[in-house]
Amino acid sequence: MKKIYSRPKSLKKTAFHYCPGCGHSIIHRIMTELIDEMDLQDKIIGIPPPGCSVFAYNYFDIDMAESAHGRGAAVATGMKRAYPEGIIFTYQGDGDLAAIGTAETVHAANRGENITVIFVNNAVYGMTGGQMAPTTLVGQKTTTTPYGRDERMEGNALRISEMLALVKGVAYIERVAVNSPTNIRKAKKAIRKAFQAQIDGLGFSMVEVLSPCPTNWRMDEPEAWQWVSDVMAKEFPLGVLKDVTGESHAS
Amino acid sequence: MSIVTKVLMTGNAAIGEAAIRAGCQCYFGYPITPQNELTEHMAANLSRRKGCAFVQAESEIAAINMVYGASLAGVRVMTSSSSPGISLKQEGISYLAACELPAVIVNMSRGGPGLGSISASQSDYFQATRGGGHGDYRTPVLAPSSVQELADLTHRAFDLADKYLTPVLILGDGILGQMMEPVEFRHEAPEVPPVRSNALRGAKGRPSRIVKTFTSNPSTLEELNWSLFRRYQVIKQAEVTYDTFMVDDARLVVVAFGIAARIAKGAVKTARIEGLKVGLLRPVTLWPFPAAKIRKLAEDVKQFLVFEMNMGQMLEDVQLALEGSAEVSFYGRTGGVIPTPSEVLRVIARLYHQKGLHR
Repeated sequence: MKKIYSRPKSLKKTAFHYCPGCGHSIIHRIMTELIDEMDLQDKIIGIPPPGCSVFAYNYFDIDMAESAHGRGAAVATGMKRAYPEGIIFTYQGDGDLAAIGTAETVHAANRGENITVIFVNNAVYGMTGGQMAPTTLVGQKTTTTPYGRDERMEGNALRISEMLALVKGVAYIERVAVNSPTNIRKAKKAIRKAFQAQIDGLGFSMVEVLSPCPTNWRMDEPEAWQWVSDVMAKEFPLGVLKDVTGESHAS
Repeated sequence: MSIVTKVLMTGNAAIGEAAIRAGCQCYFGYPITPQNELTEHMAANLSRRKGCAFVQAESEIAAINMVYGASLAGVRVMTSSSSPGISLKQEGISYLAACELPAVIVNMSRGGPGLGSISASQSDYFQATRGGGHGDYRTPVLAPSSVQELADLTHRAFDLADKYLTPVLILGDGILGQMMEPVEFRHEAPEVPPVRSNALRGAKGRPSRIVKTFTSNPSTLEELNWSLFRRYQVIKQAEVTYDTFMVDDARLVVVAFGIAARIAKGAVKTARIEGLKVGLLRPVTLWPFPAAKIRKLAEDVKQFLVFEMNMGQMLEDVQLALEGSAEVSFYGRTGGVIPTPSEVLRVIARLYHQKGLHR
């Protein structure tokens, strides 16, 4: 019998601690599949953030180093400048990347740092217990917007990918989701393209992944997965926002 | 084989040049007065070297986190700033200390608190010698008092950082950074800069590695703290450095560091001409502090005068060292005010006579 599905080599044999229905485990899975398929395990270095995915290093069987909250793009900059042969990625949540780390992210993009950013957007601070994130939707209830986010007081959901798409140093940005088999396949394709952009030295690449958080959204899993498409993707439309990788890398 | 070159340089540029010759491969900076000549020296000279990198970061926070990234990748790396910027770097310094990553951080300190002034000050002593950021840690702190010493201690800072796997601080000030003096460089930059053996460069031919401190188990973190402090004990035993001037027969010893020690030395020389038996102790390492030397001096000297360009910070280390075995007085100017040697001499002479040391 032919084996058609197994654990990626670069995914450790450790049970995920993530909540049922969380997107992180799916993203980890497709990233480690890609690390195997693209033969990157011995040259890739990952920088996970404080937050639920701080434990990414328990699952990825690759070199990893923790970053201070929001500083991933700066750490990756230093690492890549010191070791240009390495393939460097940051793995960041929306609070990490779009609030405390906005400056580091924007300026790494503007310098065209040849790094890859995996930006996991679940519209909420997960590990700290469900507070408002910069990407929280107007009207969305969180522990710090108990009556729903009010744009007059708390502003609107921040669309980082659209902002960064205007920056010249950016090679590739796509927004994907991991809430259906079709979307997961598209997400994997996008992350492959982002890694390839870095391998080809084209500049800053980022994939924003809309990711369900049933626990902090106070929803069951199917409901949360549905909410990604029905509500979240209306504010954060899926698709390519910037792509200078050229035809040779598009597939 | 080293080539000795004597040149006239600002202190800031001398640090940059010494760093390049020590094999510094990456420098990340952000403009702030009075240390800009260092950033500019690296922009002009480091960026053109093969395999080296200079980045003007978007903030001091970004710069120190770039330092963290480059240190993870195993290269010699440096950043510099001045007081307000060093406050911003404390987050990153704490992470460097926690993850046992070498780096050199230069503080050409200025008057504070707040935005303060751009004039020279020593009011960051506590911040420098007590860790500075969150958590239990220390960093070696080197306090030069001339442009030559800035260059020499820069080299030593890189060696200490690599030897003990720790960030190392150079605590200067606006005068040292901006004044020009002749300086000799005794090393030539290495053709191939060194790379640390435990660098994070991909799991090639070895198991994957994780660099982190976060844990859900407090006793793991307690053990990390213990292992750091065991190393700090070794540093305290092996790395204390100080300079003395005319202490052998002294009845009063002035304790001062950095540029203040240079001002004090002028005062001590004149005091000697006037017949006052005064000496000077200058700690070169502020952490580890030369406590044992001060205790030793107190066997003969019963009066100390601590002189700092702050409101009395190293004073506490001198008091702790003496454990009440001698009297300590303090003279300080702060906010960026720079006292003259004759002003310090007046304080010395008054104290000398008040305490009856002339009898």
